Amino acid sequence: MEQKRRIRSAVCFAALGAALLALLALNLAIGTARLPLREVWNILLRREGDNAAIVWGIRLPRLLTAALLGGALAVSGFLLQTFFGNPIAGPFVLGISSSAKLVVALVMVASLARGAAVSSLGMVVAAFCGAMLSMGLILLASRRLKSMALLIVCGVMIGYICSAVTDIVVTFASDSNIVNLHNWSLGSFSGKEWRDVGMEAVIVLAALLGAFLLSKPMGAYQLGEGYARSMGVNIRRFRAELIALTGVLSACVTAFAGPISFVGIAVPHLMKQMFRTAKPILMVPACFLGGGVFCLLCDLIARTLFAPTELSISSVTAVFGVPVVLWMLLARQKRKEGV
Amino acid sequence: MEDAFLQTEGLSVGYGGVPVITGIDFAAHSGKVLTLIGPNGAGKSTILKTLIRQLSPVGGTVYLGGRDMAAMPALDMARSTAAVLTGRPAPELMSCGDVVATGRYPYTGRLGILSAEDRRIVAESMELVQVSELRDRDFERISDGQRQRVLLARAICQEPKLLIMDEPTSFLDIRHKLDFLHLLRRLVREKGIAAVLSLHELDLAQRFADTVLCVSGGRVDRVGTPEEIFQGDYVARLYGVEHGGYDALFGGVECEKVAGTPEVFVIGGGGGGIPVYRKLQRERVPFAAGVLQRSDLDYPVASALAAELFTVPPFAPVEGPALDAALARASRCSRVVCAVPAFGPLNEGNRAILDDARRRGVLEENAAQRFP
Repeated sequence: MEQKRRIRSAVCFAALGAALLALLALNLAIGTARLPLREVWNILLRREGDNAAIVWGIRLPRLLTAALLGGALAVSGFLLQTFFGNPIAGPFVLGISSSAKLVVALVMVASLARGAAVSSLGMVVAAFCGAMLSMGLILLASRRLKSMALLIVCGVMIGYICSAVTDIVVTFASDSNIVNLHNWSLGSFSGKEWRDVGMEAVIVLAALLGAFLLSKPMGAYQLGEGYARSMGVNIRRFRAELIALTGVLSACVTAFAGPISFVGIAVPHLMKQMFRTAKPILMVPACFLGGGVFCLLCDLIARTLFAPTELSISSVTAVFGVPVVLWMLLARQKRKEGV
Repeated sequence: MEDAFLQTEGLSVGYGGVPVITGIDFAAHSGKVLTLIGPNGAGKSTILKTLIRQLSPVGGTVYLGGRDMAAMPALDMARSTAAVLTGRPAPELMSCGDVVATGRYPYTGRLGILSAEDRRIVAESMELVQVSELRDRDFERISDGQRQRVLLARAICQEPKLLIMDEPTSFLDIRHKLDFLHLLRRLVREKGIAAVLSLHELDLAQRFADTVLCVSGGRVDRVGTPEEIFQGDYVARLYGVEHGGYDALFGGVECEKVAGTPEVFVIGGGGGGIPVYRKLQRERVPFAAGVLQRSDLDYPVASALAAELFTVPPFAPVEGPALDAALARASRCSRVVCAVPAFGPLNEGNRAILDDARRRGVLEENAAQRFP
């Protein structure tokens, strides 16, 4: 059985790796200008050719952004689910993405009004503040609300308020900035420069490492806080670390790509079913890879389905994510009824 | 005693600095079972939560193996104390083997990867608790009895010197309660673990505990052996039982007696009367019973339930004023039930009541129990 499990995990990781590579290649090749794979390969190796600018300047930064941020979303969803012991917790559902978006929008409008552009780092910091704000509200509420369903409702409400205020801010922003702000607030992986990709990679990979190192206490925490404490987990520190990591990951996503829905719930669930386990030491890397694959696929669809018109990434992730979430809820209900 | 692993000194426990119970002094010894009993809300769980540092003490000190618990690092604490908590943990997609293996937490490295030695201890713990065949089963899909065993295996696998359990038998049926406690007592003796647990089942506490600690009214009311605690009406007072009674000797409960003028007379003895007394109580019929030796098996139940009871001293023959009074009472009852199948030298006197009832045509023979 131990042997079987190891084989299963190895096969799953291999499959995820293969899917990731295939989607990377497809994303490089497919687009307004359709490039043969051989040409893509040559451009990647030699960095020269007629279409080098498309591959190196546009497609590569975009797909790396999609892979990194998709992974970050899935991992932050998994962390939140572990924290709240609830499978439908996620950065979007709990209003964390929306409040990060609100603070970023406010900062953007305020600084654009003074004629200064916000740096990428500034955006991340603003998003982190916003994420922590709603996380704080949710934690306060979770002391009072023992029911997980009510907590989720609370998060959804926070999300609505933040979105409404963001819309108001966008409405009153000066005309020239609206287009920019509006596009961002819908969510997109496009228009990334290499500098952005570098920063995304540093932040996301550092947080990923942090999450991986927390996998041992997370495993204990899955049995409940009481048991975790009796096994020697420093609960206060563990919770603080988990919240900070979740905040960093969802803030990074929101700052660079805007709010993206359902990846944080759907991907961890798909990974758990695929690996048939919820062990954090496997789930953290699996969610990262799975989130990358999921977002690369969604971005490919968003770019190409109605080309040259691009869809917002959130509409595509929702179309694929919602059925997964519904399937999960129904399956859980069935299990509870002991069918 | 020297082998007390757990010792409390002037311990006060409570929430948010407000004490619920004060002046707790007791010791738990290796290889022994200490059981907390007391009414709901008395604070048994509060004491147990304090012992596993889920709550900090409001005052006083807890010593674990001579060390002040408050100053122990979390890891040392986890290596000496394991817990089985109330509630039903529902971890997603975890097999029973996975759940047991979490017990190795304080011994594994940064990433929690199990060594061969850890795996051996996990397998051994599951073997001891007889759940080896559940290893690959989903923890969320096993029965309550199996789940408590798996959680016990998890605690054993933590290699504790002290085992704290909060109502471990709550969800179990009677067979699984007995199995669980037998298993626990065996493990505790074999491994030299000091066990501290709360139980709602007094009869089980009486049979399985080495020491009983009674919690009531904001304090530890008594600490002692089951023999010391379960005598007289102490337990009924501890729980403030008003309707009915608790029989300390057998660990059974009786309902409240039906008062009033007896309508039925029961000739009892040797345990034969007990089902009759209980049936009449259920039907709310006041009855008289007798004549019983105060050493008779029927006596505790009859004295709890009969509106009027006629007795003679232990091991004395049925005769004299008690028999005369019983005869007088029986002659005024509209029914006489004979619950004994036979008369011998000691209860021969009761035959007079039987004969009188038969003459009047009000006798019901109801000797359900045949003596061996």
